[in-house]
Amino acid sequence: MKFSVTVVLKKDVLDPQGKVVQNTLNNLGMNDLKSIRQGKFFEIEIDEKDQKKAEIKVDDMCKKLLVNLIIEDYKINKL
Amino acid sequence: MKSSVIVFPGSNCDRDIANALEKMQFKNQMVWHKETNLPKSDLIVIPGGFSYGDYLRSGAIAGKSLIIEEVIRAANSGCLVLGICNGFQILTETGLLKGTLLRNKHLKFINKDINIKVINNQTRFTSKYKLNQVLKINIAHNEGNYFTNSTHLDELKNENLIAFKYCDEKGNINNQSNPNGAIENIAGIFNSKKNILGMMPHPERMIDKLISNTDGVNLFSSILN
Repeated sequence: MKFSVTVVLKKDVLDPQGKVVQNTLNNLGMNDLKSIRQGKFFEIEIDEKDQKKAEIKVDDMCKKLLVNLIIEDYKINKL
Repeated sequence: MKSSVIVFPGSNCDRDIANALEKMQFKNQMVWHKETNLPKSDLIVIPGGFSYGDYLRSGAIAGKSLIIEEVIRAANSGCLVLGICNGFQILTETGLLKGTLLRNKHLKFINKDINIKVINNQTRFTSKYKLNQVLKINIAHNEGNYFTNSTHLDELKNENLIAFKYCDEKGNINNQSNPNGAIENIAGIFNSKKNILGMMPHPERMIDKLISNTDGVNLFSSILN
């Protein structure tokens, strides 16, 4: 079973990289750009047939290592 | 006094801190991260560098390594733990220190001698310094922008857990003297028992007049005291 995990900085945490990317796109003439937040993406394959159980395991991976809960939020999606 | 320096793949200040400790008459041992037994130590140092190439987040992978279990156990039973630079990042990833270190505000790696002020000199790490003493110490980091939530920030202030703050030569603490955007200019913090110190500046680089200055010496002599 495959999952994706998207990790982004929490709303009130400054994202200087996203800001620089946004400024550069603005400079390229993309003026309707409102905001950009840069994050991380993981593709996870897990040897578990029960989706609920698999999701719990992926969630555990996020909490234990993939995500710094102080500054980051995450979303798990089944692929 | 016995010290242990934990070495990860990518640590690069481990020799410097070992030199500093030996110069200050510590009996030091280097401990590879795959070890599961920590030699009996009065002080554990987690050195600077780029453990695991800063993969995932600075300090994230090292924070889950085998030896870290032992470091946590020792820290919880009162052993002194000093994390410098990447070592500070690793300590936040293990949860021994709260908060985290974000990318520098201006996205640049900063390597220069800056000034910090001693905010609490009533601890095992800082007793040889004067309160509010201004030190000149080197920083060399890309992720030194300390951040924590408001509850913990209050705790840091109320319990006097801030060790050092960035300042200018005269000791003024303001935006101009903040090199990396750290919240309230924080350069180093203690845990609530004050047996763990995490700091971004490198005291081990400031122990010899020939190459820099001796502003780091008193940190090590405080520990020895």
